[in-house]
Amino acid sequence: MARVVVDVMLKPEILDPQGRAVQGALGRLGLSGVANVRQGKQFVIDLDGELDSDRSATLERLAAELLSNPVIEDYRLTVVEG
Amino acid sequence: MRIGVVTFPGSLDDRDAARAVRIAGGESVALWHGDDDIKNVDAVILPGGFSYGDYLRCGAIARFAPVMTTIIERAHAGMPVLGICNGFQILCESHLLPGALIRNDHQHFICRDQTLRIEDVNSAWTSSYSTGQEIVVPLKNGEGGFVADDATLDMLEDNGRVIARYVGLNPNGSRRDIAGIRNERGNVVGLMPHPEHAVEALTGPTTDGLGFFASVLTSLAGSR
Amino acid sequence: MIDTVERAEQTPEQIQPYAELGLKSDEYQRIRDILGRRPTSSELAMYSVMWSEHCSYKSSKVHLRQFGDKKPPTDALLVGIGENAGVVDIGDGWAVTFKVESHNHPSYVEPYQGAATGVGGIVRDILSMGARPIAVMDPLRFGPLDAPDTRRVLPGIVAGVGGYGNCLGLPNIGGEVVFDPTYLGNPLVNALCIGAMRHEDIHLASAKGVGNLVVLYGARTGGDGIGGVSVLASETFSEGGPTKRPSVQVGDPFMEKLLIEATLEVLHAGLVEGIQDLGGAGISCATSELASNGEGGMHVWLDRVLLRDPTLSPEEILMSESQERMCAIVRPENLDAFLARCAKWDVEAVVIGEVTDTGHLTIDWHGERIVDVPPRTVAHEGPVYERPYARPGWQDALQADDAARLPRPKSPAELRATLLDLVGSPNLASKAWITSQYDRYVLGNTVLAQPEDSGMVRVDELTGRGVAVSTDCNGRFAKLDPYTGAQLALAESYRNVATTGAEPLAVTNCLNFGSPEDPDVMWQFSEAVRGLADGCLQLGIPVTGGNVSFYNQTGSTAILPTPVVGVLGVIDNVERRTPMSWGTGGTIMLLGTTRAEFSGSEWAHHVHGHLGGLPPVVDLEAERSLARVLIDGARAGAIRAAHDVADGGVAQALVEMALRSQSGARVTVQGDAFTFLFSESAARAVVVADQPAAVAALAAHHGVECTELGSVTGQSVVEFAGLFDVTLDELRHVHDATIPAALA
Repeated sequence: MARVVVDVMLKPEILDPQGRAVQGALGRLGLSGVANVRQGKQFVIDLDGELDSDRSATLERLAAELLSNPVIEDYRLTVVEG
Repeated sequence: MRIGVVTFPGSLDDRDAARAVRIAGGESVALWHGDDDIKNVDAVILPGGFSYGDYLRCGAIARFAPVMTTIIERAHAGMPVLGICNGFQILCESHLLPGALIRNDHQHFICRDQTLRIEDVNSAWTSSYSTGQEIVVPLKNGEGGFVADDATLDMLEDNGRVIARYVGLNPNGSRRDIAGIRNERGNVVGLMPHPEHAVEALTGPTTDGLGFFASVLTSLAGSR
Repeated sequence: MIDTVERAEQTPEQIQPYAELGLKSDEYQRIRDILGRRPTSSELAMYSVMWSEHCSYKSSKVHLRQFGDKKPPTDALLVGIGENAGVVDIGDGWAVTFKVESHNHPSYVEPYQGAATGVGGIVRDILSMGARPIAVMDPLRFGPLDAPDTRRVLPGIVAGVGGYGNCLGLPNIGGEVVFDPTYLGNPLVNALCIGAMRHEDIHLASAKGVGNLVVLYGARTGGDGIGGVSVLASETFSEGGPTKRPSVQVGDPFMEKLLIEATLEVLHAGLVEGIQDLGGAGISCATSELASNGEGGMHVWLDRVLLRDPTLSPEEILMSESQERMCAIVRPENLDAFLARCAKWDVEAVVIGEVTDTGHLTIDWHGERIVDVPPRTVAHEGPVYERPYARPGWQDALQADDAARLPRPKSPAELRATLLDLVGSPNLASKAWITSQYDRYVLGNTVLAQPEDSGMVRVDELTGRGVAVSTDCNGRFAKLDPYTGAQLALAESYRNVATTGAEPLAVTNCLNFGSPEDPDVMWQFSEAVRGLADGCLQLGIPVTGGNVSFYNQTGSTAILPTPVVGVLGVIDNVERRTPMSWGTGGTIMLLGTTRAEFSGSEWAHHVHGHLGGLPPVVDLEAERSLARVLIDGARAGAIRAAHDVADGGVAQALVEMALRSQSGARVTVQGDAFTFLFSESAARAVVVADQPAAVAALAAHHGVECTELGSVTGQSVVEFAGLFDVTLDELRHVHDATIPAALA
């Protein structure tokens, strides 16, 4: 078993209206001094068997092509186990 | 002229696109997302809707459908392709067009009758309009904000590749009020608003949308 | 340890948590009498959800009978009350089905999902009749616009209605937004859906044919809303907020879109013998209803149900309200084809049972019998209550407190100020902030949508045949006199349909009331149902189905009695519809008789915070005559624009027409200015004609009073001759600003 986590965030220069809305809400609900909030996505992928170099390369490619849109998003891939 | 209209799971405005093609005088051909055979159509429309529920990102999953492999190939070879709303999103995800569409800046879905200015008529889908012509067509989206980096935006502007711009009100935060763009060759066009809903006086705010469909029929006839 | 039938037989003394599941002790005893033993825990779960108020209608049944008893004779009704939705013949071999339902309590708990799943549920009801859903509408009611909790629930509810409906590809063509203090803590989310089909496509929810298979398809089953029906809709909230918070139902409109396409394909391919959607009470409901309506017997292998959550117990699976699921009865020889169609749309399907002739619904869990019940006792023979009801002690005093005695504006300046105040008041202000979040264009057949008087869609693209629907209810009128108030709701909806040129055909209703355990509320309910049934009989249009929502109250404060009435009408050709917009010319005329009637009016409510007196007189014959003028006038091309007169009176009607048209008018006030402007007498409409004589003649022929008010000027001012004028800009500014400002 292998677990891979892919975090996807909007590039810093892209407007994040959802992050901004959350920032406003945090303030209204009692958290002072919120400098910034960015909202992103996390994919938790559990794989049978091991993560060999072939699968690793495929995963890396799909993280860049499917899980994120490189025009507006950055991703970070972390192998948690396996 | 045979115009293909693709149905993905979750496509909604495929029937309307087909109707618009018929009213403009063409023959509409239904294309299935799972089938890479596009039945020799002369042009393709990727309609509006919520393909795959807009899951992951709008158009992100549809872009990998078997039918898209063929469409991308033919588009590179010059076949006219129009992406409306979700279709525009799919074209950007497929990299047939630059940029991306993100959530409306005001965070709501918005449906309104939108004034556009046609800014470039050197495309297969806008040739029957005149430059600077203002039209009114429905706009309805939640993720309609067009974004790209400044270099890309400048390139689009400098090369006349912005085909339509929002007039009066920017309904979604699109950069530079961009409502639609084309590729360099002019055969691929992406448009956020819905011309297929402005083809009948009975059901639309105007019939200004017909021009998109009439254009491609004329373009195709001209290229025969 | 599974509680099997065998174990139940052997352990009759076992204490069971029937009260926690919402059953009273006499109901629990009745279950034991029916089965001749104690119920298993699965059977107890089934009875508890199916015998809940929301599913069994136990408090309302005795009254709702009137809709059947007083049904007017009509050939148009193809399927009446009792099925998922009523079906009406609209001519040319076309049939239309429509129904309105409530999802009130879940929307208070989780506004977005509550509203979204409300839309999902009603759409599935329409789908299960064999129809393609073609439009939705949403009557919504909230507490005061400036209340903090309104700001919590309203945006979420609107986003949920839009999010679900837009993703399904159904145009939202109308609805209502009403603000009143009694809805604070009890927002009302009613969802209506219209579907169209050819006569031969009508399908019913029955399981016929011994040996036929029961197929569950759509989304997997999870822990959504377990106990939602029995718990939420059968109890009031206590002060201080919702204390019961079961798992809320979460909707997936994309799955529902696939479900619609797959279902229509299997229906049109003739692969389905019977069909039922899974709504409140999920599998318990679908299986018991299908079994009841067919041969009377069904066997289910519950362990075959595809699960999202493998830890669910059989009881939980039976009670789950996971969304986007349907149940079909399929002949064995059609199964492969059925499964293939589902696979095409990526919809999961599994055989979970078969039709039998045992007269019993039996359910096994991994080979052990956990349910063995007569299905009719679950689905149709639930408790029937004769709840006590009595005219409230305060009703006389309320009715004696006439709004006529309230200080009223007299000078032109005061009248002008009152007009602007009302035009910008929450109930009369522009609802565009809400309605612009809904797609009105999808499917390309929407001919009229809000703020027009009724939503109208084209059903047949070749002939232009179409239908129009309006939903209406003035809860204040219903509080003053529930019998009259219900009839006024019917009258308004009927009038709104006729105003657009369509012929009213059928009625649906969503009856939203407080607790049935309160004799005051029960009296309001019984009166409203009696009024509605009598009214439908008199107008000759039958109730085809509807919904009851009780327990809309927090503590001892019930909501205004709110019997929402939806009327559906048919128009031969939508090209002949009458819109609100009056263009730049024409004569403005008022049809109908104006009396000095201000009790329950928007003026009394907004300006004085007053509710008292008697509602406006209801005259159904006058409504019928008015409707004839409006419909015949539309057909003859004599009426270019029209708008019904309702909340806010003639002033509001004229202002709305002017703003819609972006074109002004000059009218002469008739009689007392205040009465002319703000009285809310029923059976009236404003029409605009190019040949007023034709309209006048039509009105005279039908005995409808007809008064020329003035003319459309095309200018930028609305002028009340001799009194005051007000610019379109001023009107637009106050009309458009109110709701966005409150929700910013």
